[in-house]
Amino acid sequence: MYSQGLIGADGRTEETPEFLARFQKRIDAEEKIEPKDEMPEGYRRTLIRQIGQHAHSEIVGMLPEGNWITRAPSLRRKAALLAKVQDEGGHGLYLYSAAETLGVSREEMTEELLSGKAKYSSIFNYPTLSWADMGTIGWLVDGAAIMNQIPLCRCSFGPYARAMIRVCKEESFHQRQGYEIVMTLAQGTPEQKAMAQDSLNRWWWPSLMMFGPHDADSQHSDQSMAWKIKRFTNDELRQKFIDATVPQAEYLGLTIPDPDLKWNEDKGGYDHGTIDWDEFWRVVKGHGPMAKDRIKARKKAWDDGAWVREAALAHAEKRRARKIAAE
Amino acid sequence: MAVWEALLELADDHLVLGHRISEWCGHAPMLEEDLAMPNMGLDLIGTARTLYDHAGKLEGKGRSEDDLAYLRDEREYRNCLLVERPNEDFAHTMLRQFYFAAFMRPYWLAALNSADATVRGVAGKAEKEMAYHIRHAGEWVIRLGDGTEESAARMRDAVEALHIYVDELFDSSDAARMAEAAGVLPVRADLRDTWERTVSEVFAEALLEQPKAAYAQRGGREGIHNEALGHLLAEMQVVHRAHPGARW
Ligand SMILES: [Fe+2]
Ligand SMILES: [Fe+2]
Ligand SMILES: [Fe+2]
Repeated sequence: MYSQGLIGADGRTEETPEFLARFQKRIDAEEKIEPKDEMPEGYRRTLIRQIGQHAHSEIVGMLPEGNWITRAPSLRRKAALLAKVQDEGGHGLYLYSAAETLGVSREEMTEELLSGKAKYSSIFNYPTLSWADMGTIGWLVDGAAIMNQIPLCRCSFGPYARAMIRVCKEESFHQRQGYEIVMTLAQGTPEQKAMAQDSLNRWWWPSLMMFGPHDADSQHSDQSMAWKIKRFTNDELRQKFIDATVPQAEYLGLTIPDPDLKWNEDKGGYDHGTIDWDEFWRVVKGHGPMAKDRIKARKKAWDDGAWVREAALAHAEKRRARKIAAE
Repeated sequence: MAVWEALLELADDHLVLGHRISEWCGHAPMLEEDLAMPNMGLDLIGTARTLYDHAGKLEGKGRSEDDLAYLRDEREYRNCLLVERPNEDFAHTMLRQFYFAAFMRPYWLAALNSADATVRGVAGKAEKEMAYHIRHAGEWVIRLGDGTEESAARMRDAVEALHIYVDELFDSSDAARMAEAAGVLPVRADLRDTWERTVSEVFAEALLEQPKAAYAQRGGREGIHNEALGHLLAEMQVVHRAHPGARW
C-alpha cells in the first residue's frame, strides 16, 4: 500500500446501528469479509479507493523504473529490471481485480486516474536520474511498500488480503534485488559509489514521506483501524522502516542524509530529523516534479492504444456473429 | 569466418528485438500487453545471453556477454534488419514479432539435433517460447487485420513496411554456412516453406495479402544497418561505456 496518497476511511453510511454492530463483531472476530457479504457502504467505498490507489501506484510506478530498462548497464540487470517492472504491472492487475469484486470496473478506475481524480503514491512523481536509482527504489521504495503491505496481508477484506500475500513475496524479492544493486555500486568505482550516495540523498526523504503524515495530523485512520483495513499507524510503520534501513545503509558505507538521525536507547529506535511537510503536501497535491509527465505518459498510452482495444472488441464481436451464423 | 560468429548473429537478433519490445514496457495499449511484451522481451534477452556467452567462449578471447553486447558498434552488430525496425505502432510491433517467431520456431526445432550441446539446450527452451510468440503475436495480427477499418489499415501498412525485410531471414552468411556445414545450426533457406505456411494461415484469417517484395533489403549480417540501430545501441550502451571496466 502507498498509504500517504490515500488519506482515510469514509465513515459516511446509511446503515442501522444494529447492522453496523453486527459487522463490527465479524471484524473483531477476525473473520474475512468477502465480496458478496453485506458491508457498510463506507467500508466498501474506503476499500475501493484504497485498492484503486494501490493499483494505480503499481501502474504509474512502472514509469520511473521503465525509464532505465533500455539503458541498464549489463544484460543481467536489464533482464532483472524488465522482470521487476513487469511484476509491478502484475500487481496492478491483481489489485484492479480485487477492486472489481467491489463493483467498480477497471475502465472506471483508469479514467479516474487519467482525469486526476484518483490518487497514486506520489513517490513516483520524483524523477529517476541515474542507474543507481534502480537500486535505491528497490531498496527503499519497495522496502517501504513492504512495511505498509505486510499488515495488509491480514486486512479484513479477503480479496485484498490474499492479493497482498502474493504481492508481498514479490516486493521483498524486489527489495533484496535493489539492495544488491546498491551494494554493487557502493563497492564499485568511486564514480559508482558517488552515484549510489547521490541516489540515496534524493530518495531518502521521499521514502519516509511514503508513510503519510504524522499520526497527530492524520484524520481518518481511526475508522480504518477499527475496520482492520489498517493495523499500524503511519508513525509506527515509518519507525519500523527507519530502524530496519539505517543498519543496511551503514553496512554499505553510505550516509543517510539526515544529520539529526540518532539512536534513542530509551525507545529502542532511531530519532530522525524533521520531514519537510511542505514538500510532502505539495507533492501530494500534484506538484511533484514528474507529476504532469507521469499522467501524460499514462494518458498517451491509453489514447494511443484506443484503436487496439476497439479492434479487439470488434474482432471478438465479428467472431461471435460468424459462429452464430454457422450454427 | 568461424562458427562463433554465426552464434553472434543469432544473439544480436535476439537482443535487438528483445530491446525493441521492452521499449513498450509501461506504455502498452492495455495492461495485459504491459505484461505480455516484457515476457517476450525476457525470452529473447535470455536467449541472447546464453548465445553471447557461448560465442565468447568459442571465440576464446575472454569476451563476456556484456563485452559483446555493450562494446561493439553498429558496424560490428550482425543482426538482420527486421529486428531493428522501430516499434512504430502496435501493428508493426506485433507483425515484426510474428514474422520473427514464425522463422525461429522451426529454426529451433531443427536445432534440437545440433552438434553443439549449448545450442541444443537453447533450442529446447526457445522453441516453446517461439511457439507462444507465434500464438500471441499471430492472434493480434488476426484481431487487428479483422478488427476495425483503422486497425486493418494499420495492419496493411505494417505488412507494406516490413515485408521487404523478410527475405534476409533466410540468407546464410559465410559464418552461418560454416555452422550449418558443421551441423551446429540449421540451414536457413530450408525453413522457407514452414514460414510461408505459418504466415499464410494467419494472414488468411487476418484478411491480409502476403506481398512479394519487389526488392528485398539486406545487409545486417555485414553490419550494414538502417539508421535506427545506431540510436538503439547508443541508448543501450551509454551507462556501460561511461564506466569502463566497472562491475554492475
Ligand atoms: Fe505495492
Ligand atoms: Fe508492486
Ligand atoms: Fe515492487
